[in-house]
This record gives sequence, C-alpha cells and structure tokens, in this order.
Amino acid sequence: MAEEIPKLVVESVTKRFRTRKGEIHALDSVSLTVREGEFICLVGPSGCGKTTLLNLIAGLDLPDGGQILANGKSVTGPGSDRMVMFQEPALFPWLDAFDNVMFGLKLKPHLSNKERREVATYYLELVGLDRFMYASIHELSGGMKQRVALARCLAPNPRVLLMDEPFAALDALTREQLYGDLQRIWQQRKRTIVFVTHNVREAACLGDRVVLFSPNPGRVQEQFTVELPRPRDINSVDLAQHATKITRALKRHLHPDLEEVAE
Amino acid sequence: MKRLLGVVIFFACMIAIWEALVRAGVWSPVLVPSPFSVVRYIGQALADGTLERATLVTIRRLLIGYGLGLLVGLPLGLLTARFKVMSDTLGVIALGFQTLPSVCWVPLALLWFGQTESAMLFVVTMGTLWSVLIATDNGVRTVPPIYVRAAHTMGSRGLHTWCRVIVPASLPFIISGMKQGWAFAWRSLMAAEIYVTILTGFGLGHLLHYGRELQAMDQVAGIMLVIIVIGLLADKILFSPWERFLHRRWGTEKA
Ligand SMILES: Nc1ncnc2c1ncn2[C@@H]1O[C@H](COP(=O)(O)OP(=O)(O)O)[C@@H](O)[C@H]1O
Ligand SMILES: [Mg+2]
Repeated sequence: MAEEIPKLVVESVTKRFRTRKGEIHALDSVSLTVREGEFICLVGPSGCGKTTLLNLIAGLDLPDGGQILANGKSVTGPGSDRMVMFQEPALFPWLDAFDNVMFGLKLKPHLSNKERREVATYYLELVGLDRFMYASIHELSGGMKQRVALARCLAPNPRVLLMDEPFAALDALTREQLYGDLQRIWQQRKRTIVFVTHNVREAACLGDRVVLFSPNPGRVQEQFTVELPRPRDINSVDLAQHATKITRALKRHLHPDLEEVAE
Repeated sequence: MKRLLGVVIFFACMIAIWEALVRAGVWSPVLVPSPFSVVRYIGQALADGTLERATLVTIRRLLIGYGLGLLVGLPLGLLTARFKVMSDTLGVIALGFQTLPSVCWVPLALLWFGQTESAMLFVVTMGTLWSVLIATDNGVRTVPPIYVRAAHTMGSRGLHTWCRVIVPASLPFIISGMKQGWAFAWRSLMAAEIYVTILTGFGLGHLLHYGRELQAMDQVAGIMLVIIVIGLLADKILFSPWERFLHRRWGTEKA
C-alpha cells in the first residue's frame, strides 16, 4: 500500500502556562498520530491537558516545543479544515440556530447563498433540529444547543473535527441519543474526529482508538484499540469489558502505589 | 380592550378632577391652568405653526447631536477596549467626563461657540458621547473569549470578527449605553434651550422659557406635555425595537 500522509501528527509537543502561582507544565512531549477517517478518543482525568492539546491542534494556541502537522503542513493558526466543538456550546446568542450554522458557511467564498442555505438546512435536519431552525439559542435545551453546535461544526465540511467533552454537561438519556447520532454522522460522512472526554465508557463507545492521558505533566500513557462493530451501544457487555480494561489502566497510571493493594 | 378602557377611564378621571379643582378656585389660575386652556394653547400654537417649528428645531438638534455622539463614541469605545494605551488615556478622560452632569457643558459650549447652533449640537454630543463610549468599552471587555475563539476556528479574522462577533456580542451593553446617552442628551439640550436664546432657531426649551416670562402657565404646561410625549415616542421608536430584539434573542427581561 502507498505511504499515506497521516491526517494529524503531534510531535513531542510541550506546553507550559505561566501563571501567578508559577509555571504549569500542561503537556510534556506528547506524540500522537491520527489517520484519515479515524475516530480517536483522548481520555484522562481533568487537568491532564486534554483541552490544551485540542486547542493546539486547532491552532488557537501555539506549543512551546515540538510541532503539529495537519495534512503534512505545520499548524500556525486556526483553519476551517479543523473545526472545534467546545466544552460549552459557544453558540452566538444574537443569531438564531440557523444563522449560527450559517456563520461558518458565509466565510466560504466559493459557495452561493442558496447553497449555503441548503447546507445549513441539511445539517440542522441531520442533527434532528428541523423544527427549531429559527429558534433563539436561549430557547433551546442543553442537548439541543450541543446539536446546533455540532451542526455548526459539520456544515463547513471540515476534514477534522475536534470535540472537547461536548456531551459532558448533558443528562444520560440525551447523551446516549447523541452517541448514536454522532456515530451515524461519522459513518455517513467520513471525517477524522478527535474526541476528548474524561468518561472511559464514552471513549470506548465512540473511539476506534482510545488514548490514555495522565496529569502533572500531561503525557500519553497508553493506547487501546477498540474493535467492536458499529453502531455501538454504550450499555453493551462487550463495551463494558473494554471500558473496565481501560479504567484499570487509568487507575494504575494515576496511583501506581495503590495497585498492589487493590489487586 | 378592557385594559385600554381602564387606561382611558383613569386619565379621564384625572382630567375631570383637575378641571373641577381649577373651577372650584382652589389655586390661582395663574399658577394652575385648566386642562382646557392647555389644550387651547396647544391648538393655537399648532395652528400658527410655532409648535411645529419649535419641535422640528429641537428634534433636529437632538438627532444630529446624538448621531454625532454615536458616530464618535462607538468607534472610540472599540479602540479603548482594544488598545491598552487608549484605555489608559482616553478611557480615563471618558470616565471623568461621564460623571460630569451634561448640563455643565452649556457654559463651556457658549464660550467656545457663542450663541450658535454649534453650541447646541456640542452640548447634545457631549451628553451622548461618553456614555456610549464607556458602554461600548464595557460591552467589548465582557464578551466571552469563547465567542472569538469559535469565530476564529470558523475562519473569521480581524475586522470581520469585530463587526460580526464582538460588536453584536456587546449589543446589550451598547444599547443601554445609547439609551443613557439619549437621556443625557435630551436633558442637557432642554437645559441649554431654556438658558440660552439662540437666534438660529427657537426650540421647545425657548417656548418654555417664554411661557414663564409671560406668566403663561397654559403655555408652560402645554410645552411640558409636548416634551413628555416626544420622550415617550423616542423611547418607542428608537429603543423599543432594539429591546424587543435583545429580549427575543438573549431571553433577558425587557428593562
Ligand atoms: N490559559 C491557561 N493559563 C494557565 N493555565 C492553564 C491554561 N489553560 C490550561 N491551564 C492549566 O493546564 C492544565 C491542563 O488544563 P486542560 O488542558 O484544561 O485540562 P483538561 O482539559 O484535561 O481538563 C491545568 O492544570 C490547567 O490549570
Ligand atoms: Mg478540558
């Protein structure tokens, strides 16, 4: 097979934040490769630098050491080939749901206005919001807001989707529904997805590959491949087995001294 | 319909009581005019054109001065929010001037511009400018950074980010600043018109002033009524649409 350029390459990336209390070593020589069309989940306790890494890949921040390549090119700033879905919905309250989705589309000069409207409508229908296209953001529930945010990310047709704990604030039922939706959308329109979460089950449910992070400083500890048929049900037994394996590894890395006591 | 009826009855009763008290001779007719004489004055002033002319003069001053205030205040507010140097210099000046009651600009305006139209416009502009500047500056500073980051990832940059994200996100602040600026401008213009006679045009303030000089209480009360009505209309026409928009979009209670 011909040599394929990986979609994303993170090469020994280091990031430090200078704060009043001193320096925080957020990422320490993190390396990661993501193939085209892969769904990869980054898991780790909060504070281990997941958001920081995602921001670096998005180009919203620059690394102190190492480099990040997207499509073989060094990332120097944000670009609409890599769309971000933030931890909070980050929707614009002065626009309705439809215009929020249109925002990114209007920045694509090669589309006609008619095409833009069609694309926006298509994605809002895809996330199941056809009845709320012209609703104000404050009228939407938390789950509906995240759906709009998802449509807004998908609409400009980015090759890479960076999602930062997008479903963390939702209730379990809505979340399960969105797991299904996200897998369906990902299968329909092959995208590369980097999905950040602190929920191991969620990671096992969504990811082809699960990358385990540990904090202080943020490092990649271990990677797991999840080979289960899709769409996956978060409550299935097979999935639970994977999740248990990953959780064990997570605990081992967090409290290496406790392990002998527990097992 | 029932609500409207209630309102009509309330005001009819008020006017009836007012008329009854005047007829009973509780106060001297010089101090309290009867509602009919007030209406008669307004009718006369409308018929001979003085009221229309004065209203036009006043509204023209207000709109031009206010427009200038917005035109200068908005961009300056964006600048003070964007550049540290600007906020350390202009921002401090703005804070100082905003605490200054805008009537205090009247003497200065007269010294600088004499008894001219420019003096009037200057007073109105100064009343508007600082409130709008400070509100815009505040609004921009409180825009959640996440909006800007989200816009950047979607390919928005520079001026586009300012016009399409930062300014709209600050709208609730900007509108309330515009409203405050309007109130300041309106009050200071009335004060200026009452204190100063300007030959280029007699506004409502002048009519009020002459009403007092002539001891024509019906004129004073009539003009006050017109001023109140203009204030209410301005609120309805200039700000209500914006407030409805804010209410609909942000889901905030209408202030
Ligand atoms: N802008 C920042 N300034 C200072 N410290 C930061 C900043 N962003 C993140 N950090 C710190 O870096 C570490 C990693 O944060 P983050 O990437 O948000 O973790 P996670 O998303 O995994 O919870 C934390 O200790 C956090 O306090
Ligand atoms: Mg985070």
